[in-house]
Amino acid sequence: MDSLASTVQQVMVEPACAKNQAKTDKQRKKGCTQALKPGAAAGGCAFDGAKIALQPITDVAHLVHGPISCEGNSWDNRGARSSGPLLYRTGFTTDITENDVVFGGEKRLFKAVKEILDKYDPPAVFVYQTCVTALIGDDIEALCKAASAKFAKPIIPINAPGFVGSKNLGNKLAGEALLEYVIGTEEPETTTPYDINIIGEYNLVGEFWQVKPLLTELGIRVLSCISGDARYHEIACSHRARAAMMVCSKAMINVARKMEERYGIPFFEGSFYGSSDMSDALRQIARLLVERGAPPGLTDRTEAVIAREEARVAARLEPYRARLQGKRVLLITGGVKSWSVVAALQEIGIEIVGTSVKKSTKEDKDRIKKIMGEEAHMIEDMSPREMYRMLADARADIMLSGGRSQFVALKAKVPWLDINQERHHAYAGYEGMVALVQEIDKAIYNPVWGQVRRPAPWDREGMS
Amino acid sequence: MNRSGSVAKACTVNPLKLSQPLGAALAFLGIDGCMPVLHGSQGCTAFGLVLLVRHFREAIPLQTTAMNEVTTILGGGDNLEQALLNIHQRTQPAFIGIASTGLTETKGDDVAGDLHRIKASHPELDMPIVYVSTPDYQGALQDGWAKAVTAIVESLAEPATAPIKDQVNLLPGSHVTPGDIIELCAIMADFGLTAVVVPDLSGSLDGHIPTDFSPTTIGGSTVAGMRGLGASVATIAIGEQMRAPAAALEAKTGVPVTLFDTLTGLEPADRLFAFLSQLSGRPVPTQYRRQRSQLVDAMLDAHFFFGGQRVAIGAEPDLLWTLSGWLIGMGCEIAAAVTTTKSPLMARLSVPDARIGDLEDLEAMAAGCDLLITHSHGRQAAARLNIPFLRMGLPVFDRLGAAHRVIVGYRGTRDLVFEVGNLFLANAHELYADGDLAHAGDETHGTQPCECGTPSGPATQDTISITEVL
Repeated sequence: MDSLASTVQQVMVEPACAKNQAKTDKQRKKGCTQALKPGAAAGGCAFDGAKIALQPITDVAHLVHGPISCEGNSWDNRGARSSGPLLYRTGFTTDITENDVVFGGEKRLFKAVKEILDKYDPPAVFVYQTCVTALIGDDIEALCKAASAKFAKPIIPINAPGFVGSKNLGNKLAGEALLEYVIGTEEPETTTPYDINIIGEYNLVGEFWQVKPLLTELGIRVLSCISGDARYHEIACSHRARAAMMVCSKAMINVARKMEERYGIPFFEGSFYGSSDMSDALRQIARLLVERGAPPGLTDRTEAVIAREEARVAARLEPYRARLQGKRVLLITGGVKSWSVVAALQEIGIEIVGTSVKKSTKEDKDRIKKIMGEEAHMIEDMSPREMYRMLADARADIMLSGGRSQFVALKAKVPWLDINQERHHAYAGYEGMVALVQEIDKAIYNPVWGQVRRPAPWDREGMS
Repeated sequence: MNRSGSVAKACTVNPLKLSQPLGAALAFLGIDGCMPVLHGSQGCTAFGLVLLVRHFREAIPLQTTAMNEVTTILGGGDNLEQALLNIHQRTQPAFIGIASTGLTETKGDDVAGDLHRIKASHPELDMPIVYVSTPDYQGALQDGWAKAVTAIVESLAEPATAPIKDQVNLLPGSHVTPGDIIELCAIMADFGLTAVVVPDLSGSLDGHIPTDFSPTTIGGSTVAGMRGLGASVATIAIGEQMRAPAAALEAKTGVPVTLFDTLTGLEPADRLFAFLSQLSGRPVPTQYRRQRSQLVDAMLDAHFFFGGQRVAIGAEPDLLWTLSGWLIGMGCEIAAAVTTTKSPLMARLSVPDARIGDLEDLEAMAAGCDLLITHSHGRQAAARLNIPFLRMGLPVFDRLGAAHRVIVGYRGTRDLVFEVGNLFLANAHELYADGDLAHAGDETHGTQPCECGTPSGPATQDTISITEVL
């Protein structure tokens, strides 16, 4: 526990985090996770966050050491895609019993690791700690060390039991485990001046595949994606990249910063959502690579691809302008999503009637004002009931949000589109921007809305 | 029968089982105006919530006491108190159901004592608050459901002085869908009987449009209805898991219990209708006589396709019992049966090597079968085995309408006969389509029916890529 406590402390004062930089020393010491409010909390635990961050590594066996709830209730529910191995979709858990709680679960865990190696022979096993096994004192770090030695295979402890904090903290603890046990432990067969890492991209719905072909076209090689569609070996070799991009807000900022510190890999923070962010990401990747010695011709080639793709997206979005002009969107989403998406939607005439800023920093809010104007309707903390009223009163034509508030919109008979992690459409890259607009159009213009809003015959005048 | 059959495994692979606290939460979701709470870390609630949302495609009220490392070690009383006060203030529930988790159970808090103290110092918490102990390192979903129902009836049901002549209690097991409950209530109504259902998922999770937004459940058993359980003339319990809750209700109120181990199949449906006729003193209404006749006809039409088919089932004990009994009655062989938790039914099941296990066990035993039946997590196994797949149980997240599947009574059984019969037929049709029937009976195809008609190489790859898209 001591080492876990110090790791938690360490990731909470992450110096590269903009939020942390804005804090006083005293605030920073308190850490970055707000105390969860019993009876009014929402969202996953640290274990959930660790699993989200690492499960996309496709050839690894992900073994959850704990009671059935942790894996049994959650496995196979995340949409990261693989271009090859499917072992990551197999649910492994020690499913501990009362006996294990009384006498300790380490024996069962050790046997479980052996069974997995015997039956599935993966390049590595990731062992996830959970609350109950942490509480009874199972030392997964020591056990994994012993198992690695005994089986001559990397057995990696992921020490992020649910009760240490939020999903975001779990993302970071997962990153710490990679830094401690995986990154830098193997060497790539070859290296090129065009090798990059993409950090914090999970290839949900396969959306990274809408980005990767452009990189390939530019001759840029993704040495390692942490962790979407990744293989263990790629992550182990990622210390040889020349530059890195950090995606998905601050979830894995500790990985990006420490890799810069340890291996001199410069990084920038970017997003693949929305045309302008996508272009910016390509530019920054090219810039960093050229700074690190890649031939300068890359810059011009990148600009050419950007110009071509932006023109293509603009042409493909044009037909939607007339259909979506003046449509009002309520945007409810946690944290820093891409403002480039907001800008792109506005460009084709969509109006953002409100956006949540619960998890946004002051910097984010300034950006919102810049993009959406001083009158931007920023929603600090909207209860589902208020959301429902706003939709039922037809103050928005569609809500974009995560699955959690899906039924608030649907029960108000208002179109809704999933833009969080359980979504079924890929919105990354230039292609993704077109897909997003297409989905908004499909949702708003579906003929069901006219039908489902019709009153029942017995509710119409003249009938009782 | 042991934890995982003949070979004790340390590692569960592709879990079939869901946890006890989730079963308790599901039972609480069948109560009107309810906010269920899991006393544990917030992940316990988040996982359960996502799973139920995906299954029912409905908003799921489910809260957490948000325990962390420190509060776990110091004791969860304060978190529980804060959770109750916050829930009361923000959502004004008519009922609060609390289920413990492995986390709070491992620490060993005296939750009942905590609750007593909290209620004493906060008179504003005047709604019924029911607590049930459901560590997730024991049992499975149906155990948690049964324990929660026992706790509900023990804390709310009262003996009545004057019975209500036509009122009957209905205690469905966790495997009984909202659609099944609606069907049963309609059948009972046609006998002039009014059902008091506990828990009543058909009120809350039947997928309907409420007139206004509610942060709690939007229907289900009412507190008044549950207090009035003692006034009923009989209690019908469905599923072996409901034996203990039904016995608790009988002990508390004296209302006699009739337990139906299954309501799927001709004989079980006959037993139900005979019972209702006797209880109500009314003859079986004409439309049900007609439905029985339709079911008999369906069985005659379908038996050609069921006979000799080998089926593998992974389900909780009561659903496994229901399905296997019906399938065996249609001429199928249950070649593999895997379940989640202990049940007296398992000893009565005429299936060799039936065991508590996981989907890895089921997949290994299902090779060569003609049909796989389990929840949606079985789709990877079905694709690898390349056999027809029927989604049953919880969760079903990749098909619509899980809440409205009806398999009880004559009509429910008739529709199930058609659905499963069509799966067998479709598989047989593929034989004709590929012209492989000519080879059936000789070479390897005859002995491995599941591979017939689907050239194994490309077909397998197709299936796998389809799974990827799911």
